[in-house]
Amino acid sequence: MHRRVVFEGKFLPYLLLTPQLAIVIVFFFWPAWQAIFQSLLRQDPFGLRTEFIWFENFVQVLSNPFYLSSVRTTVVFSAAVILLAMSSALLLAVMADSGVRGAGVYKTLLLWPYAIAPAVAGALWLFMFHPTVGIFGRALNAAGLGWDYMLHGWQALLLIALASAWKRVGYNFIFFLAGLQSIPKEVTEAASVDGAGPFQRFRKIIFPLLSPTTFFLLVVNVIWAFFETFGVVHSLTKGGPGKATETLIYKVYVDGVVNLDLGGSSAQSVILMLVVVALTAVQFRYIERRVHYQ
Amino acid sequence: MTTRTKFFVGFVCFAVVAAAFASTPDVKAAQPTAPALVAQAGRVQVDFWHGLGRPLGGILEDIAAEFNASQTRYHVNATFKGSYPETMVAAIAAFRAGNAPHIVQMFEVGTATMMAAKGAVKPVHELMKEAGVPFDPSIYLPAIRGYYSTTDGRMVAMPFNSSTAVLWYNRDAFRKAGLDPAKPPKTWAETRAAAQRIRSTNAAACGFTFAWPTWTQFEQFSAIHDTPLATKANGFEGLDAEMATNSPLHVRHTQALLDMMKEGSFKYGGRDSAADALFPSGECAMIHASSGLRARVLRDAKFDWGVAYLPYYDDVKGAPKNSIIGGAAFWVMTSPRRTAEEYRAVAEFFKFIGRPEVVARWHMESGFLPITYPGITLVNALGYYAANPGADIPYKQLTRSLPSRNSKGLRLGNMPEIRVVLQEEMELVFQGQKSAKAAMDAGVRRANEILRRFEKVHTGQ
Repeated sequence: MHRRVVFEGKFLPYLLLTPQLAIVIVFFFWPAWQAIFQSLLRQDPFGLRTEFIWFENFVQVLSNPFYLSSVRTTVVFSAAVILLAMSSALLLAVMADSGVRGAGVYKTLLLWPYAIAPAVAGALWLFMFHPTVGIFGRALNAAGLGWDYMLHGWQALLLIALASAWKRVGYNFIFFLAGLQSIPKEVTEAASVDGAGPFQRFRKIIFPLLSPTTFFLLVVNVIWAFFETFGVVHSLTKGGPGKATETLIYKVYVDGVVNLDLGGSSAQSVILMLVVVALTAVQFRYIERRVHYQ
Repeated sequence: MTTRTKFFVGFVCFAVVAAAFASTPDVKAAQPTAPALVAQAGRVQVDFWHGLGRPLGGILEDIAAEFNASQTRYHVNATFKGSYPETMVAAIAAFRAGNAPHIVQMFEVGTATMMAAKGAVKPVHELMKEAGVPFDPSIYLPAIRGYYSTTDGRMVAMPFNSSTAVLWYNRDAFRKAGLDPAKPPKTWAETRAAAQRIRSTNAAACGFTFAWPTWTQFEQFSAIHDTPLATKANGFEGLDAEMATNSPLHVRHTQALLDMMKEGSFKYGGRDSAADALFPSGECAMIHASSGLRARVLRDAKFDWGVAYLPYYDDVKGAPKNSIIGGAAFWVMTSPRRTAEEYRAVAEFFKFIGRPEVVARWHMESGFLPITYPGITLVNALGYYAANPGADIPYKQLTRSLPSRNSKGLRLGNMPEIRVVLQEEMELVFQGQKSAKAAMDAGVRRANEILRRFEKVHTGQ
């Protein structure tokens, strides 16, 4: 049944590849090369004085206690976001799949947060949880819980984790739902006939069959939690209080754009780049082995 | 890599969308003024990037338009480039690409960075001399002139929107608490007593707060108490300056703020301008904030309010001195293809914005300081201060003494970063994680590292 498309000559395939290659080179390889090069330099912001210093920027970054605490913050934050966003999405998807009334509306509504720009999402959560203007913020304080995310680091971290997870639930939900719907009904029906209860059916049948989707979402969510949560942090806490919500990606921005330390900031981006490459490689090598593909 | 790619893709999308939005009104606006555009074709064009959003940016753009209408040889294109840090980064990126704007507006804490960028910046005194435009720096208030001058007194940047920190207080809340609204607190002891009274009588939900924590509680505080913020005259005399914010006075003040917070008379309102909102809403009865808060207070405050000098500790010798400025100034940038005629155009524009009527108008419409003596004279003659009591407090506070070595301003590299460090350490004290002394020591150590990095980058040592 396989049909191979064979192009005449070598020219056409390369021509067809050109647009994609051009984009990859201009927006991917060129900036990456610039970051690597810049990370080996000590330079004033205007580029008037440049000194080649080998790996001094890396040594400084990695020996900086604030960098290490930022790594910790990022790990805690990402784990919280991924756990929250994936588990609640799975729960919602299972519920939607079991045929609730008005599932169409329900699905559409759940997708909305994903379409909201991070800055807007940040503003929404700010209006809800600001200790003096926000509805929930005021309620928490009225209940005597001492809510002030501008002063308490863990509250700030909790807030950005909630806001980020909320934004991500819709995306995960759609994939989980699609995954659930592709599981043949015969399998679960057969299990029911054999006397498996709903929980056992889910644990023994549905969850393993869903694992390709879960795995895909895990990879995507890790990268997302690392890199795409900038907007929420920027609009809600700007990394504070103290450095309680300064994630790695936010630190790259602060050091590069606000503090104009181009070398240090580039060194951090290069490290992040390596981390993501490593994470993805590990995930595909080890976790994928346990994944059941149909 | 992923970040950068995504950033760029995002940026391109944004640019396309922004261009689509921006072009529509432009086309409409351009049609009726088509003859004007033709007339502009022969003019020397000056690109001017600023960091003021509406409504302030609009007033600034009106002033540029007035300059364009006042003569036929030059044309200033004033463009909003985002917040101050964003404008700074945009100008730096443009310079590196050989395409810097002629003029860029830079916040006061970027002064050391700009001054260290020799070759990228053309000092104003040099610009005026080369262009043959008469320029008298002595008309500028000393605290403003000093901030933007070299140690031998030559001005490097053109001051424009300068502000200073003042005390804003709620006169209704004072009355309710049984305090005299005509007598705002002068000292820190009085500030604390007033805040306690406001809380004990429940005249307001919060007695006292401050915006721009580092600026109001360290920079202004040090100047007013004639105490160094950093050695080497706050950095004016060399890149090897070291922080001095762990002095007994600074520690004592931080401890006092913590005590006030614990007893409930002070509420921490967050970083940068976050606390600004607490005053016009009526929540906090007193706030140390920028004099530039005026427009917002006028618009939003539903109560009787007043402006007063920042408080001081009356047992500190030499206090109170003049406060220092905040805000921004205009810097002239170089570019490989810049012509003498373009510099001349910039010089003419600077001459225009230094006119008393422009200074006075900017002051009255925006709430920023009147920056020249002739400007103040004109504002007085117009009867503005008689009609707006308290509007003269900022400039009076700024000029109440001649600037000393400690109250001339700051010239510290990477100052925006240092501000964040001091804010963070202050927050750690308020969270109860560190003692005032330990936090101030840590602040000095961390800020010194930042200063050393700046020194290394600019001297190679």
